Amino acid sequence: MRDLSLHLMDIVQNSLTANASKIDIMISVLNEREDLRVCITDNGRGMDEEFLKKVIDPFTTTRTTRRVGLGIPLFKFSAERCGGTFNISSKKGSGTIVEATFKVNNIDRPPLGSITDTIISILIGNEGIGLDLILECGSNHFSFRTDEVTNLLGGVSISEYEVLEWIRGYLEEGIKVIFGGVLNEVSS
Amino acid sequence: MKSVAELEEIRKKTLEKISLRTNADGYRVVVGMATCGIAAGARPVMTAFVEELSKRNISNSNVTMTGCIGVCRLEPVVDVIEPNGNKVTYVNMTPEKAVRVVAEHIINGRACLEYTISYEDKK
Repeated sequence: MRDLSLHLMDIVQNSLTANASKIDIMISVLNEREDLRVCITDNGRGMDEEFLKKVIDPFTTTRTTRRVGLGIPLFKFSAERCGGTFNISSKKGSGTIVEATFKVNNIDRPPLGSITDTIISILIGNEGIGLDLILECGSNHFSFRTDEVTNLLGGVSISEYEVLEWIRGYLEEGIKVIFGGVLNEVSS
Repeated sequence: MKSVAELEEIRKKTLEKISLRTNADGYRVVVGMATCGIAAGARPVMTAFVEELSKRNISNSNVTMTGCIGVCRLEPVVDVIEPNGNKVTYVNMTPEKAVRVVAEHIINGRACLEYTISYEDKK
């Protein structure tokens, strides 16, 4: 994976496969701008303890088309390669939390990539999904909630092109405001 | 600064447009979006399809995503399902190829044979 947004896309795919209806994505810069934390919480069907233990093994997967499942191992590797941490917790029947931290200034930290494209792609394929994106850096805070947008739109679908374009602009501004100058790949 | 209030404007405009749409069955575009697809560049392919369909005012066709289709070496893989149920599988897709598939297959009804999986397999 070239960047964090692609990892995010991949992890969210897992949530969707687990029939999640609500997905929270939180991206925050913490500890005096030292750590970047990405946390994905869903209300999907979750995993039992046994499966959870072996889920970071690349030879574990639920799909039937082949025997390898690389999404979670790749994400874990990306985090640990740059001195970060990775954690996954889950409860059968109530959902899963995937959390990874990255050292902001480590040379091996993957760039943020286009978070906007990831969110939009998710919305194109899954109109009814409840998706919250929260960006944080120090006391700065930005949030985007699909529930709010859906309410304002009345009967109009969130995957209409004009709506997606508005979301694109809205998110890009948010990312710039929160991470501009903090992460060196985002210009202020 | 973009504001949430702009959505009201978008809502009105889109509702007007929707009322003009025909209900004829259209094409379905399904993009493989598992780890293999994402790593190979499926995301830009999907956005290219959506953008091109909107640019050409095709409202009865839709784009969705699915998991691993099973031929990871040929990702990004895109299935185009015709209104009559026939399915054409395109492999090694790029945003540029996506634009061509919209023009030639979805608009003019002629599949781009050299992008299909059967053509790739014969090589």
